[in-house]
Amino acid sequence: MSLNIIVLAKQVPDTRNVGKDAMKADGTINRAALPAIFNPEDLNALEQALKLKEMYPGSKVTVLTMGPARAAEIVREGMYRGADGGIVLSDRAFAGSDTLATSYALSAAVRKIGDYDIIIGGRQAIDGDTAQVGPQIAEKLGIPQITYAEEIMGVDNGVITVKRRIESGVETVKAALPLVVTVNGSADACRPRNAKALQKFKYAAVPSEVAADEAKQAFIAKRPYLNIGEWSAASVDADLAQCGLAGSPTKVKQIENVVFTAKDARRIENTDEQLETLIKELIANHTIG
Amino acid sequence: MTDKNNLIVYCEYEDGKVADVSLELLTKGRQLADKLGIKLEAVVAGSNLKDIEKQIFPYGVDTIYKVDDDRLYPYTSLPHSSILINLFREIQPRIAFMGATSIGRDLGPRVSSALHSGLTADCTALEIGDYTDAKTGKEYKDLLYQIRPAFGGNIVATIVNPECRPQMATVREGVMKKEARDSNYVGKVVELDVNKYTRPEDFVVEIIDRHVEKSKVNLKGSPIIVAGGYGVGSKENFELLQKLADTLGAEVGASRAAVDAGWIDHDRQIGQTGVTVRPKLYIACGISGQIQHIAGMQDSSIIISINSDPNAPINTIADYVITGKIEDVVPRLIKYYKKNSK
Ligand SMILES: Cc1cc2nc3c(=O)[nH]c(=O)nc-3n(C[C@H](O)[C@H](O)[C@H](O)COP(=O)(O)OP(=O)(O)OC[C@H]3O[C@@H](n4cnc5c(N)ncnc54)[C@H](O)[C@@H]3O)c2cc1C
Ligand SMILES: Cc1cc2nc3c(=O)[nH]c(=O)nc-3n(C[C@H](O)[C@H](O)[C@H](O)COP(=O)(O)OP(=O)(O)OC[C@H]3O[C@@H](n4cnc5c(N)ncnc54)[C@H](O)[C@@H]3O)c2cc1C
Repeated sequence: MSLNIIVLAKQVPDTRNVGKDAMKADGTINRAALPAIFNPEDLNALEQALKLKEMYPGSKVTVLTMGPARAAEIVREGMYRGADGGIVLSDRAFAGSDTLATSYALSAAVRKIGDYDIIIGGRQAIDGDTAQVGPQIAEKLGIPQITYAEEIMGVDNGVITVKRRIESGVETVKAALPLVVTVNGSADACRPRNAKALQKFKYAAVPSEVAADEAKQAFIAKRPYLNIGEWSAASVDADLAQCGLAGSPTKVKQIENVVFTAKDARRIENTDEQLETLIKELIANHTIG
Repeated sequence: MTDKNNLIVYCEYEDGKVADVSLELLTKGRQLADKLGIKLEAVVAGSNLKDIEKQIFPYGVDTIYKVDDDRLYPYTSLPHSSILINLFREIQPRIAFMGATSIGRDLGPRVSSALHSGLTADCTALEIGDYTDAKTGKEYKDLLYQIRPAFGGNIVATIVNPECRPQMATVREGVMKKEARDSNYVGKVVELDVNKYTRPEDFVVEIIDRHVEKSKVNLKGSPIIVAGGYGVGSKENFELLQKLADTLGAEVGASRAAVDAGWIDHDRQIGQTGVTVRPKLYIACGISGQIQHIAGMQDSSIIISINSDPNAPINTIADYVITGKIEDVVPRLIKYYKKNSK
């Protein structure tokens, strides 16, 4: 048995490093101001896909990402770690998408890929932080979903078994393919890049990255495995009314940077006397005791 | 779009009890419904729901939609989504809330996708206000302001949902206050037939095993929290914090850095991706005070910071600052408490 697996991976600004210029006036993200990384939980998702590929030889792992052309970096990163190829879904029409418009566009691309068994995504992206895209894609495709997955245990006769980690404990569930699985950060970390794959795929590119370079185009033309797909809204038959800002019911009214106003803290000297006075005070005003 | 319609809360139910997060949302929902002059409704799907209304009505609920069937417990995505999708199509709520739990965050997006209504995740505040669309100039009265952190907690966004209904939002447990309205409040119960609201093929996902690990930790309910961060330095030093906590009748909490270091269990993490707490006293030990941590504890009544760095960011929100090492300060706090308490 071999499986067709699609991994949903998002290129995200590294939100552990956010400065003042991160947001534009219209409330959309100024991605250019931040280093772009592979969304952490999408790496956990990729690992689950690669494990399935090992369990079921002949399986194929395709990385699907929506974003600007430079998101091809995410597909290459996936290929260095063991994915077979990928697609960048890119169009101005997708700009300003909320989660519904994002899941609409991604589900249109999944439909175009067509022959899929499992779609694996991360639970949540570290920029939008919503964890909504996975279940919304499942709904749009009319298939089941398993969220908060920690381990895909295996597939048997078209039925997948997945261990989920939820607040109240651990659940093991079974469901028929095809379906969407979203993976938690508590799942196994992704394997590192493979030196051979890095050699093989380092010149992989989407057409627009090599548009100005005929030598590279010719090089890729001879090696089809280096061609990363680049799909527009039209090529996935997307209805423009459902894309981008137009297709987004939620609107950002206002964005504020988080700043804390300093309180007047009392400095307690680190002496026996002052520590004891503090404790006595807290007992006297019934904070403790 | 009929804005006379009501506000509805999806109630989670486990072990004979309506989840706290649902009761918190009912409390918030009642306030907003009063403000808008609309009714508060609740929907609950599960099994053995007899008498559940006794837990719900006191929050000022006017109508409870109840779907009682063995197959609806434990929760699975498809039947619960179908119920909400079909019910919402029928009653067209103006606003719908659910907990930002593993259930609400599985269910909400699926329902919002089917209804093409916007959904805002993890709100920290919900208010009513007006909105003018910058492009069209169109004005909207009395929308739900859905206020939420994003971008790893570095920004707070106010999101609105001008055209589509219901305006949907999820909220984490502990973020809103829980307060019953009136123990004698009685509304009406509407029992729904599961077969009318779900399809047989909704029951395809099968739960074959379920280990419910009852969380022993009661961080949210604890009036005093002793929280440790990366500066605590080791598992052994965390035992020192435990000692202080035991002495004061407190619970031990932690920053993510301390959880990631493996010194303490994940269910004790406080902050944006952990629990939100608002105790009477919060003692932060070796915690620097990053935004994501502060988001979960800034409403504590009194904050004491013990940190070797006199300029640790957490000191700016603390009421008392002790500059010193954990190993040195904590044992003396224990000693002086024992000496001075009866
Ligand atoms: C401040 C702010 C607040 C926002 N709040 C909301 C909100 O409350 N509601 C709302 O609907 N939208 C909101 N958005 C918009 C939202 O961030 C975008 O729609 C984004 O494209 C997808 O949401 P996410 O980042 O939360 O992804 P998540 O839903 O957290 O992503 C889950 C998984 O889906 C997959 N995935 C997501 N995006 C892509 C992609 N582009 N390519 C490939 N795979 C992907 C990945 O596997 C990912 O791990 C907000 C945006 C900002 C800037
Ligand atoms: C999307 C996202 C979500 C996150 N969610 C959370 C969350 O929910 N909760 C959370 O806590 N974090 C969260 N974080 C992580 C957060 O950004 C910080 O990394 C984390 O809070 C830092 O923990 P800390 O203060 O313990 O460690 P550090 O920042 O390393 O601080 C250690 C402190 O200890 C002091 N110190 C060192 N030695 C001693 C000593 N011997 N005695 C006394 N003081 C000492 C130091 O001066 C320093 O101030 C999140 C991050 C991201 C990106």
